[in-house]
Amino acid sequence: MDFSYTILIPLIPLALFLILGLFSKKIPASISGWLGSLGLGTSFALSLYTAYHYFMDGKLEGVYQTFIYKQTWLVFTDKLHIDLGVMVDPISVMMMVVVTSVSFMVHLYSRGYMHGDDGYTRFFSYLALFSFSMLGLVMATNLFQMYIFWELVGASSFLLIGYYYTKPSAVAAAKKAFIVTRFADLGFLIGILLISYYTGTFDFQDLTSQEGMLIAGWGASASFMGLSVFTWGLILIYMGGVGKSAMLPFHIWLPDAMEGPTPVSALIHAATMVVAGVYLVARLFPAFYFVDGGFALQVVAYVGAISSLVAALIAITQTDIKRILAFSTMSQIGYMMLALGVSKYEGHEGLGYMASMFHLFTHAMFKALLFLGAGSVIHAVHSNYMKDMGSLRKYMPITHITFLIAALSIAGFPGFAGFFSKDEILVAAFENNKLIYYSSVLVAGLTAFYMFRLYFNIFWGEDRKYKHTPHESPLSMTIPLIFLAFMSIAGGYIPFSQFVTADLMPFEAHLNIPLAAIASSVGIIGIIIAFIFYKKPSELSKKFSNAFGVIYTFIYNKLYFDELYLFVTKKILFGIVAFSASWFDKNVVDGSMIGIGNVTVSVANKIKGMQSGKLQDYAMSFVGGIVVIAMVVFYIWIN
Amino acid sequence: MIAGISIYDILTLTSILFFIGVYGFFTRENLITVLMSVELILNASAVNFVLINTYLYPDLLQGAVFSIFIIALAAAETALAIAIIINLYKLIYSVEVKDTETMKY
Repeated sequence: MDFSYTILIPLIPLALFLILGLFSKKIPASISGWLGSLGLGTSFALSLYTAYHYFMDGKLEGVYQTFIYKQTWLVFTDKLHIDLGVMVDPISVMMMVVVTSVSFMVHLYSRGYMHGDDGYTRFFSYLALFSFSMLGLVMATNLFQMYIFWELVGASSFLLIGYYYTKPSAVAAAKKAFIVTRFADLGFLIGILLISYYTGTFDFQDLTSQEGMLIAGWGASASFMGLSVFTWGLILIYMGGVGKSAMLPFHIWLPDAMEGPTPVSALIHAATMVVAGVYLVARLFPAFYFVDGGFALQVVAYVGAISSLVAALIAITQTDIKRILAFSTMSQIGYMMLALGVSKYEGHEGLGYMASMFHLFTHAMFKALLFLGAGSVIHAVHSNYMKDMGSLRKYMPITHITFLIAALSIAGFPGFAGFFSKDEILVAAFENNKLIYYSSVLVAGLTAFYMFRLYFNIFWGEDRKYKHTPHESPLSMTIPLIFLAFMSIAGGYIPFSQFVTADLMPFEAHLNIPLAAIASSVGIIGIIIAFIFYKKPSELSKKFSNAFGVIYTFIYNKLYFDELYLFVTKKILFGIVAFSASWFDKNVVDGSMIGIGNVTVSVANKIKGMQSGKLQDYAMSFVGGIVVIAMVVFYIWIN
Repeated sequence: MIAGISIYDILTLTSILFFIGVYGFFTRENLITVLMSVELILNASAVNFVLINTYLYPDLLQGAVFSIFIIALAAAETALAIAIIINLYKLIYSVEVKDTETMKY
């Protein structure tokens, strides 16, 4: 079987980026939107074909094979070299489909949403650059290639968040996102260097094979503070994933990143880039699972569980609809992380892994839909805040219905995609870690509540006096909504356990009826509470939040994480460390150099009088010198 | 070989001539007289060449030839120096040594 044509999937967006980026002034907006959509449409079709081809014929004796096409790029030693290439295996194929489908939908949608914007072509070139980087990331054959694309993804995310570069808040948000993720990526880089130094390879296949240095040899490796060096390496690599996936404590950039255009939030900060961390852990899953008895995997599980709970709590209190969705994203990614964290390796035991990938897939669909729906609402009322919205169901029927479908899906309402994937996650958590299970059930309830708080506030509630009567978005924006709404239902019926598993062997997964019943009833309770609070304008919710007082304020301010970071950076880093370092630099380092210069100048000032410019003085010194030399020579000669 | 006059007498004469030239070079304020002092120095050395040739190696001619070289050299040098001085005069209307001290530091 030959999958070498998959290289085209990332190369088409790259070509688009070059064309649109280089000739952004010359290509009229009417062409660039279509060109971008067409290119991504081709990539999407190719990915679908790849998926079909791979999942139908990719098995050998019941095990999915991995196909690798690569080219050696940089050679350090015979064993340690950096390759560039494409890797075709179940998760990369699945991610190709996710990335290209959401990207294609976002391209179509942006034609309507960005209509009339000055940087229309520039916007599409950035989108293409992002799609290229993300596809390169998911198809990477080795850690280093992944790292390269990881950074490219970060850079294109920076460009897109800061797309409205005349707005100071957008510029600040872009910088914040870049710096926070960059800081986390430092851990990633150190992790890569550690692992590759001790195992002598970057290759994913070598790193995850049972006989490889990493898994077979961790017992013999050096240890540091009671843990194997490999565990430290994996935890540091996971730190990069924490940054990109906006897990605690590196989540602070994600809410601010909502300053970018809404289609960007849908593409990058909901469906694709933020799941890169999940993908990274899934990619190295055998290593996480086997090294040191899965200590690193425990870290993944708890970080995911805590992040999902904290983010769900914060989401309840926010008023900016995009920020609510941002925290919801963080919470759902926490779900995926904890599912990976509680997973085991073989067969049905590897349910968590499958559930995580399944949820990644369904989440990409319904969260992209939620963002695009929110974008449609923002497009209509020109505000991000819930207080400016209400009763929009009368004006925007398609947005209303699709948004409702997405909200039901994320709330885990039976029959929708989110219900199936969430159920698998809860089953996996229930079987392996009760504590995490209880917290995720709680999160399921909270998710349903804040999602329907959002839904009722936008589409029901008070009828506002709108300056311009809101109207339904154009067809270019509603078609992607309808497609994604379809996927938010149909996505759940894909038999994922047949396709994506930890040990590459398909297994049968069944709906666990009791657990599913518990989870969905918790979700429905959340929906009902939201219905009582927000269906009609009422003071009930205000009374309720007042009852919580301090705790409410604490959560409303996002647990003061931003303030904590500001304190650490401004007061401690800038105030003490940087201040004393700059004092040392100015006074000791610069001081010694400036001192040398000053001494030279002052000495020169003292002796420059010797250069009098008087010819006869020079002649005098010349003759005098000769006389002295002659006397010395005579003296020596005489003796 | 000149009868009745020893080599020391003539060497004394040329030494005096030389140091008069050096003294003039150091102390004169006019560029033309400085140039004349240089001529004195050159002439003293030219006489010395002839003298030593005559007294020590009477059958050779190198010393005399060298003195002719020195005369030619002095002529060329004077021509050049006069040209410089004339240009200087055109520029600053002065041939005083103290007015040519601007090229310092």
